[in-house]
Amino acid sequence: MALPVVEYLKIPDEGEPYLEGHKCEDCASIFIGSRNVCPKCFSRDKMEKIQLGNKGKLYSYSIVFRSFPGIEVPYISAIVDLDEGGTIKGNLIDCEPDPEKIKFDMPVEVVFDDALGRKDAEGNSYISYFFKPI
Amino acid sequence: MSDVYVIGVDMIKFGRFPERTVPNLGAEAALMALDDAGLTIEDMQALYCGNLGQANAMVGQRILQEIGQTGMPVVNCSNACATGATAFREAWTSIRAGLFDVVLAVGVEQMGKGLLGGTGAGKGIPKEGLLGSGTMPAVFAEAGMEHSRKYGTTFEQFAKISVKNHHHSTMNPKAMYQIETPLEEVMNAEMISYPNSKLMCSVNVDGSAAAVLVSEKKAKELGMARAVKVRASALTSDPYQERDLVMPDVNTCTRKAAKEAYEMAGVGPEDIDLVELHDCFATAEMLHYENLGLCEDGEAGKMIDEGEVALGGKVPVNVSGGLLSKGHPLGATGIANIYEVCTHLRGEAGERQVEGAKLGLTHVIGLGSACGIHILEKVN
Ligand SMILES: [Zn+2]
Repeated sequence: MALPVVEYLKIPDEGEPYLEGHKCEDCASIFIGSRNVCPKCFSRDKMEKIQLGNKGKLYSYSIVFRSFPGIEVPYISAIVDLDEGGTIKGNLIDCEPDPEKIKFDMPVEVVFDDALGRKDAEGNSYISYFFKPI
Repeated sequence: MSDVYVIGVDMIKFGRFPERTVPNLGAEAALMALDDAGLTIEDMQALYCGNLGQANAMVGQRILQEIGQTGMPVVNCSNACATGATAFREAWTSIRAGLFDVVLAVGVEQMGKGLLGGTGAGKGIPKEGLLGSGTMPAVFAEAGMEHSRKYGTTFEQFAKISVKNHHHSTMNPKAMYQIETPLEEVMNAEMISYPNSKLMCSVNVDGSAAAVLVSEKKAKELGMARAVKVRASALTSDPYQERDLVMPDVNTCTRKAAKEAYEMAGVGPEDIDLVELHDCFATAEMLHYENLGLCEDGEAGKMIDEGEVALGGKVPVNVSGGLLSKGHPLGATGIANIYEVCTHLRGEAGERQVEGAKLGLTHVIGLGSACGIHILEKVN
C-alpha cells in the first residue's frame, strides 16, 4: 500500500488520488496545507477543506541541471496555477528539458504516479503528483 | 531622536578560511572597524552580531572573548541573508531610541561548499527532484522566469549581469574573485538551474564585516570628516501574495522596504548615486532594478543592455562585484554592502570609485522572507 508523498495528497479508499487545499470562506484565498487563520485577511476558523482541480497552466519554471547528490537530473521544476484556484510546485514530466519546448501558460494536467521509485527507511513506496502537458 | 552615523566600517577580504573559526573571523572585522573609527572595544556600549550558521552558539560573546570582554550587552541575531543588515539595523535602532551613543555591529559567516536550500528530507522520502526543486539556484531561476514571462527577459540579459559584476570585482581587492568573465563564458558555463549558469550564482565564501555606529552627539565629538549618515533604515517581511507557498516572494517585501526607506530619507530613487543590491543570482539582480525603482517596471532588461547599471552608468549597481563575484558569506553580506557604499561616499574606493557619490543604497533579501534597506549619505 503506497503512502502519499505529502500530507496534502489524499488517497481515498475508492476513487482517484487528489490534492487537498484549504479555502478561506471570507476572502476565498486557497492554501496548500491546513491552517486555522487566514494569512491574507486574518479571519479565524474560516478554513474549509477543498479538493484542488487537476488542470492548470504553467506559471514559471526552471530546468534543473545540478541538484543534490543522488538526485537524477535534468528535470523541470514547475510552478503551476490551477484553473480552479491554488498554485502548486512539482516536476513537469513528458516535456523536453529545453526552454524552446516549454511555454508559459501551457496547459498541464496533474497526474499521480509512483514517486520515482523512492522508498523510505521501512521500504514503503510513495505516490506523488506530477504535471503533464495536455 | 538622534541621527545615526557610521564612524568606522570595514570588511576582511572574502575567501575560504576553513582553518579559522566563526568568532575569529568576526573578531578580525570588529577590530578593523574599531581601528577605522579610532576607537577601542572599551568605547563600545553594545554589540549586535549577525550570523546564521551558528545562530544558537553565542557568536557575539565569543567574538568579545577574542577582542575584549567588557560585559556590554550582546544581541545575536539571524534573519537568513538579511542577517547582517538586521544586526546593523538593531544597532541603529538602539541609538535612535536613545539607549546608546556608540555601538558595534558585526556580521560573519563561514560557509561550506555546495548548493544551498533544498526541500528537505522531512518525513518519508526526499522531495528534491520529485516536487520540483528547493535549491536556491532553482528558486531564483523561477523568480527570474516570472520576469521573463512578463517582459520577455532573455537568458542573455540575465547573463550580462554576471559579466558586469565580475568586471566590477576586478577593481575590488577585497572581492573573492578578480576575473573578467566575457558573455560567452557566462552563457557557456555549466548550467546549474536554467537560466542561472554557474557564473550566475553567488560564490559561497567565508567573510566578515563590521561597523561602528554613533549618535549625532558622539559623531560631532569624534569629528565628522569620514562620517557617513544613515538616512534611512527599513526592514520588512513578505506581505501575503497568492503564490507565496511555492514561490518565495522577494519582490513585494523589497518594494515595501524601498518605499519606506525613500520616505524616511526624503529622497527618491533618482537621487541615489550607487546601489549595492542582493544579487544572490543574476536572475535576482534583474528583479531589483524595478523593485528599487531604479527604472520603470519592464525596463530592467534595458538597464543592463544599455550599461546604465555599470560603473560609469546612470546608477552603478554592485560595483563591489556583488554577491556574484565578491562572494556571499550570508551573515556578513548585509554589513559588507554598507562598507562598500560608505567607502564610495568617503571617496576611498580607488579604481572603482563612483565619482561624486553622495547618496547610496544597500539592499539585502533573506529568503523566507526579509528585506533590509539602508540609505547612506556623505557628510563632508
Ligand atoms: Zn481570508
